[in-house]
Amino acid sequence: MLSFTLKRLLSGVILLFAVATGTFFLAHAAIPDPTLGLLGSAATPEAQAALAQKIGTDRPLLVQFGDWIGGMLRGDFGDSWKNFQPIGKQIALKLPVTLSVVTVSILLSAVLGGVLGVIAGLRPNTWIDRAVKAGSVILFALPGFWVALVLVMTFAVQLKWFPAVGYTQPSQSVGGWLQSITLPAIALALGAIVMIAEQLRNAIMQADRQDYVRTLRSRGLPQWRIVIHLLRNAAPASLTILALMFVGLLSGAIVVEQIFALPGIGAMTQGASQNGDIPMLLGITVITVIFVVIVNFLLDILLGWINPKARVK
Amino acid sequence: MTAPITDTVADAVDSRGGSRGSTFARFLRRPAGAITTAILLLIVLVAVFAPWLAPHDPNAVDLELTRALPSAEHPLGGDTTGRDVLSRIIWGTQITLWGALVAIVTSLVIGVPSGLAAGYYGGAVDRIGTWISDGLQAIPGMIILLIVAAAFRNDFTVLMITVGVFMAPGYFRLTRSTVMAVRGEAYVDAAKVAGLSDIRIMARHVIRAVIAPIVIQSALTAGMAMGMQAGLQFLGIGGGTTPGWGAAMNEGFRVMRTDPLLLLWPSLALGITIAALAIMGSTLADVISVKTPTLSRRERKRIARLNAEKKPAGATTTTTGSISVAAVDSAVRLENLRVNYETADGEVEVVHGITLDVSPGEVLGIVGESGSGKSQTVFSMLDLLPKSGYYTADAIWIGGEDVTTLSKRDRAQLLGHEIGYIPQEPMSNLDPSYTIGYQLTEPLRAVHGMSRAEARDRALAMLDRVGIVDPARVMKSYPHELSGGMAQRVLIAGAIAGRPSVLVADEPTTALDVTVQAEVLELLRELQQEYNMALIIVTHNFGVVADLCDRVVVMRSGSIVEIDDVEPIFANPHSDYTRELIAASLDGAESRAELDAGLASTAPAHPGAVHATNEEQHA
Repeated sequence: MLSFTLKRLLSGVILLFAVATGTFFLAHAAIPDPTLGLLGSAATPEAQAALAQKIGTDRPLLVQFGDWIGGMLRGDFGDSWKNFQPIGKQIALKLPVTLSVVTVSILLSAVLGGVLGVIAGLRPNTWIDRAVKAGSVILFALPGFWVALVLVMTFAVQLKWFPAVGYTQPSQSVGGWLQSITLPAIALALGAIVMIAEQLRNAIMQADRQDYVRTLRSRGLPQWRIVIHLLRNAAPASLTILALMFVGLLSGAIVVEQIFALPGIGAMTQGASQNGDIPMLLGITVITVIFVVIVNFLLDILLGWINPKARVK
Repeated sequence: MTAPITDTVADAVDSRGGSRGSTFARFLRRPAGAITTAILLLIVLVAVFAPWLAPHDPNAVDLELTRALPSAEHPLGGDTTGRDVLSRIIWGTQITLWGALVAIVTSLVIGVPSGLAAGYYGGAVDRIGTWISDGLQAIPGMIILLIVAAAFRNDFTVLMITVGVFMAPGYFRLTRSTVMAVRGEAYVDAAKVAGLSDIRIMARHVIRAVIAPIVIQSALTAGMAMGMQAGLQFLGIGGGTTPGWGAAMNEGFRVMRTDPLLLLWPSLALGITIAALAIMGSTLADVISVKTPTLSRRERKRIARLNAEKKPAGATTTTTGSISVAAVDSAVRLENLRVNYETADGEVEVVHGITLDVSPGEVLGIVGESGSGKSQTVFSMLDLLPKSGYYTADAIWIGGEDVTTLSKRDRAQLLGHEIGYIPQEPMSNLDPSYTIGYQLTEPLRAVHGMSRAEARDRALAMLDRVGIVDPARVMKSYPHELSGGMAQRVLIAGAIAGRPSVLVADEPTTALDVTVQAEVLELLRELQQEYNMALIIVTHNFGVVADLCDRVVVMRSGSIVEIDDVEPIFANPHSDYTRELIAASLDGAESRAELDAGLASTAPAHPGAVHATNEEQHA
């Protein structure tokens, strides 16, 4: 179990390093002269040279890379090229908003998707099964921001149940906070809910055909205990997808946040991208990938616990 | 979010598929298939003929048209800067389709060849490909898209190529898993032996298998690419001055309180297109997939009514078999049992009305070749037929009670209390996720109401009784840590832990090593006598019958051909089929004479020896 854990951890670190390196060189190759974008119309050759010296882009790329990676290893993401504030602090300010929306979405997907999936899997060809199937086909394909717009139009503009835009800090009002992230979270989660439900339905149906389930039934176990056995055996595939969803939801959040005017990393990312603020973009990428690696690591641990055979491999 | 759908597609699709023409015809015959094809065809036509269809220049500004309501001249009105909405939507169709096409082609070009290589060659190629694919899926694509957008000054085509790169893992995984499945097929090996080059083999055999899944995946990918594209445009990226749907949605969003129609039109266009693609993909997957039909609930209710209906005695016309004791004195009694299965070609009856019974403490053998219906008979007794199967019977008596009148729930109450079941294949009949200890104690606590300590003691005692050497250690083990023989002993312990009065064993030794078989049979005999259970043992082997049984039922293709005590059957089988089965079981065994001699003296002299040699024939 220990070597299994270490291996997964190592693989995560390698992935993180690979993505960081790849993104660094991609960004620098894509934006050869960042001072142009940063200064905009005020760009004179003198101003450009001064800025290049200030942000260090006048040095060789490999030196910049070593500098940046060294800083990363010390937990220092450097300063923004636009406002010269420490990037770590700026991200730390915005990330909780994005993460709270994504986390609520994941919880919604896991709980609602799980319940719907189990019901549909145990009762194939009933109306609930068909509803899950139809929902998963359409809702999964529709982008989150499209769903978000429909929800805003219906529940915020027409029915006025929720605030259309804006964010309330949980420290100010927990109720207000919940209200402000409910619609965004639902908009993000709808596709994930039906996807999880559909996947779990198939896994449950497959598990239900296994010999050992018949043998468990032959022992006289009540249906709910059989369902727990089915769930435990069907869970790994669904959990893997849930972890993948985390990445997809982070991407989706960047757009959905802007519809609801949530002060998350979405607007910050877009701003950094339009300005050519490379260290800011890199910082956001690295921090999100760190979260992805953590989620995947937790998933692996969970899978090892659920499926005794995975530990051996 | 490309990956999850892939597994569903791979699950749903039979890699061998049908011929393409007939598949497409079947697809079009479905309403969903025909309607979505028509919609998408219309959309493609609109895109192609946009320059002729659009009534106005999409970028022409007419200040009087600003936020104008729909009119004859401008059917969808004007937008916030005074441009014709309909024309912009029509031109947007072209942009949307072009973007999706770029993304799909990129995805295909990267994902399919790499997936082919990974699936076909395996090893290092597979590991590297999978690692890169997993890595791509761990990166939030939207952030990279924003970087690319910054770099290429919002160049639309470059953005869609990037979208394609992030969707490539979907194709990679799909192709890889399909190829891996095909790779194992005999005809691919045959082609290899025949000396065809790898490229030719892939082109001829493997590509054919992945085409259908790829088409389905492409429909889904197209939808997602359109969503991404509109999302980017909504953020003001990659739109430029071109009239994209996403850009129009952004504009409409900003004025949704005053001019909600401006948000409605582009949202409808995008929603309908993506939904049509998704439904098309799903319908196609549905057409191609091979499904095991299941009974509808209405059908199940009808069967339950049929079983509850009491038929007058003697109404049965075509049943095979016979009974030996009165129903109330029997341990199990089946009257005119029929088993049906729902298949793709309609219903098939696999057991054609059989009648038999077992007395308490009696050992009954049910013998027949595979496909004779003997296992179906057993599952009907237990009421554990697969979802696509059902039985009907005039009556099924268990413990002197007709159970066909019981509700499903009351019927299930008999399991564990009245009837114990020992399966055929030990390794697949233990839940791989739970320890042996949990699987043994759970029913004792949940069904028999024991405390944790009581259940543990009982489980340990049962394991000890079935000959497990170190019960405490086995309790902590997982199924994959046991040998087949040990697993079967565990299953026997589980079946008798609830002290049932009837034990049903479905070919309990077939999957075991020859040396273990005799031990397990001996154990069953001991336990049967110790607890005085009725034992119903299903087998294809007359050696087992000679070893254990008091009476024998011989089944052939769903009917009983002979039912009698063991000695007369061996001494003087009435049916040729029985004679053949006995001969097949004993064929070539030198102990034949021994057996005959043993039968002459009313009991097999060396059943163990006879049995061991016979089983070797079957191993």
